[in-house]
Amino acid sequence: MPSAYWNKVLSTLAFAFLGLALASCSPREREADIAAAQGILLIGNGSEPKSLDPHLVTGVPENAIIQSLIEGLVTYHPTDDTLAEPAMAQSWEHNDDFTVWTFNLRDDAKWTNGDPVVASDFVYSWQRILSPALGAEYAESLYVIENAMAFHQGEIEDFSQVGVKALDDHTLEVRLKGSTPHFLLMLKHYSFYPVNPRVVEEFGGMTDRQSGWSTLENYVGNGAFRLKEWATNDFLEVERNPDYWDAETVKLNGVRFFPIENVNTEATAFQGGRLHITNEVPADRIPSLQQSNSDALMIEPYLGTYFYRVNTTREPFDDPRVRRALALTIDRELLVERVTQGGQAPATGFVPSGITGYTVSKAVEYDPERARELLAQAGYPGGEGFPEAEILINTSENHRRIAEAIQAMWREKLGVEIGIFNQEWKVYLDSQSSLNYDISRSGWIADYVHPMTFLEIFTSGNGNNDTGWSNAQYDQLISQAQRATTEEARFAALNEAEAIMMDELPVLPIYWYTRVYMKDPRVENWNPKLLDNRSYKYISIAGS
Amino acid sequence: MLKFIAARFGQGLLVLLAIYALTFMLVALTPGSPFSTERAIRPEILAQIEAFYGYDKPPLERFWTSLTNALQGEFGPSAVYANRSVTDIILEAFPVSLTLGTISLLVALFIGIPAGILAAVKRNTWLDYLPMSASMVGICLPTFVLGPILVLVFGIIFQLLPVSGWFGPDYMVLPAATLGLFYAAYFARLTRGGMLEMLNQDFIRTARAKGVPESTIIWKHCLKGGLIPAITYLGPALAGIISGSFVVETIFQIPGLGQWFVKGALNRDDFLILGLTVLFAGLIVIMNLLVDIIQVALNPRLKYDR
Repeated sequence: MPSAYWNKVLSTLAFAFLGLALASCSPREREADIAAAQGILLIGNGSEPKSLDPHLVTGVPENAIIQSLIEGLVTYHPTDDTLAEPAMAQSWEHNDDFTVWTFNLRDDAKWTNGDPVVASDFVYSWQRILSPALGAEYAESLYVIENAMAFHQGEIEDFSQVGVKALDDHTLEVRLKGSTPHFLLMLKHYSFYPVNPRVVEEFGGMTDRQSGWSTLENYVGNGAFRLKEWATNDFLEVERNPDYWDAETVKLNGVRFFPIENVNTEATAFQGGRLHITNEVPADRIPSLQQSNSDALMIEPYLGTYFYRVNTTREPFDDPRVRRALALTIDRELLVERVTQGGQAPATGFVPSGITGYTVSKAVEYDPERARELLAQAGYPGGEGFPEAEILINTSENHRRIAEAIQAMWREKLGVEIGIFNQEWKVYLDSQSSLNYDISRSGWIADYVHPMTFLEIFTSGNGNNDTGWSNAQYDQLISQAQRATTEEARFAALNEAEAIMMDELPVLPIYWYTRVYMKDPRVENWNPKLLDNRSYKYISIAGS
Repeated sequence: MLKFIAARFGQGLLVLLAIYALTFMLVALTPGSPFSTERAIRPEILAQIEAFYGYDKPPLERFWTSLTNALQGEFGPSAVYANRSVTDIILEAFPVSLTLGTISLLVALFIGIPAGILAAVKRNTWLDYLPMSASMVGICLPTFVLGPILVLVFGIIFQLLPVSGWFGPDYMVLPAATLGLFYAAYFARLTRGGMLEMLNQDFIRTARAKGVPESTIIWKHCLKGGLIPAITYLGPALAGIISGSFVVETIFQIPGLGQWFVKGALNRDDFLILGLTVLFAGLIVIMNLLVDIIQVALNPRLKYDR
């Protein structure tokens, strides 16, 4: 170790004590106040981003940062989740049955290295995410495009057969495999975002998973902000991008994202004036915060469902009457009021409420009497002779509390004794996907605001089904919905499919998520969003 | 002495090799993969990713490749954090842990050793009871209790110090105090025990009978031997304290090594787990070697050839 290093350590030590001595004179200025004066927003962002490459990431923290750095053809509307705002595309047309879309790209959009954003950048980017060799986890979201699936699965090798074409520098034509009126909503997802082909080629090429283009030094985006600093596990900062096409609209000078994983540390950081917005709130603190800090505590609907998967290949859960009996004995009202306490809504169906135009299912209500009858019909009167079974949860205090409450409800109302078994996250994922469980805790968050994102996963053989359940009529309705030419017809088919699923109950819906977090009242234009996608360019902070 | 060091060094290398092989085996046997996610991945995509990171090869071949790379100081890429090699991660996080650890250790030594000496010399007076009760509390009070208490008092109630983060000297005070006080408690008790044993030795009674001043007895005759238990503990303490503390790093959001131990294991990030384990084991081996050398220097009853 060089002596310069030790000098540094010793002088740091001296400074630390000096700092303590000085600090003891007066309260220090809070980071949140300093940053507010500089127009910088401080956000608790959960965990360290695994990458900032929109074609490789899958997580929520990565999404939050990429939203500020890269813009797709369209982007999130600041208040309404069912709308798409023009971004790289300034306008678009589609044919009558929503299968051919033409996007007119703006001519003043630039990458942060000065290159213009052109239509062929999108062709390159979509080819990249669909290239089998890249191994992009989210490539499937592009399957809506004609021949995208065939290319991704290696059946065709010529990308020009895939339905995306740059007619000229500023015109992009997209052909879809079926009528998709909600295509714009899908386009908001980062898997459709462009990357700069020249930069990607320079740092490793199209299919290099370890390509250096998305590091701090080399990052090139086209969003309202650009990457400024990235200190692992410490913070990541983006600053206003002066070359952004809509730079006048941008109000903040920067955003600092802190990867604080521990909810208690995050809550303390908010209390101690280090953050403007938190990612979460410890569940046990919600009731007291509602009393003491009600102007900062935010509870908003979040488009996701908390549910239990049931292994329909195992006795006695292969009997729909048993599954229905279990579903009817979960007192969801009591559960959200006493156990989860975060304003969640009791789930009476699988698709959460909040999607405009879609009728919410009321199939699963609390009815213990009917449940006892069903259980008796299935051959277990009063729970007698019910085989040993367990609820599988991934290790977490919150999941355990919910499981214990449900366990008690089943014991009291049905006389059925079901154990609780926890596994560490990765082991739990293994058990769930190999159907090595009886009942398994699960959650599903929408990719875009549409019931399809919830219902298509339970088609036969879908990789996310994980219940062993399959129903030909259900599959047929989903595929009918995928081909429907009007949104009404699509919703009708999906409603019918959900009714079948809620009749057979391969899953027991429990509650519909909310997002609970703390927000400094000075933050403006931070609106409730169903999927927590923020339009950073409109957000501002008072005091700057 | 050189022969002693060389022999110990050779043993250390063997220990490291054994640890590397064992860790590799345990990681390979653990269920779950770095690439499994809540959202299912198509099998053919998974195969592509696994091939990219070499997971498609048989374990023995993977072991051999990773071992030969490790011998050249290259632990491979992180399977979870794109564009980052295990070496990058260690180089970024280790200085943070080293800084925090050094300050904490100094806090521990400056508080623990004088308190231990004082308690031994003033045995069975309040100068003994007070620091020893305090150190008992310190040992029993885990860092995840002490840390939040310090944060509450100095960060939130009096607003004198930052509650968390790692941006300058004032950010180091609370985490260093949390970690340092915990170790100080151990050092105090070990020093007291060592000093008491020395004070009861015959040669001390002889010195006292000959009229040697009490201060000379304590500082010159007792201290050297009295510190031996504390120094024995210093090796593992130093290795543990500078390779990061997961709890303290979590409470104060410090970007040190401790968090990576846990993240690596939870993510099944094989190369990262291996790299960190070797680093930690290497530190323990080196620290123990240094402690052995110092012990012989302090304690004439030990010799290098034994």
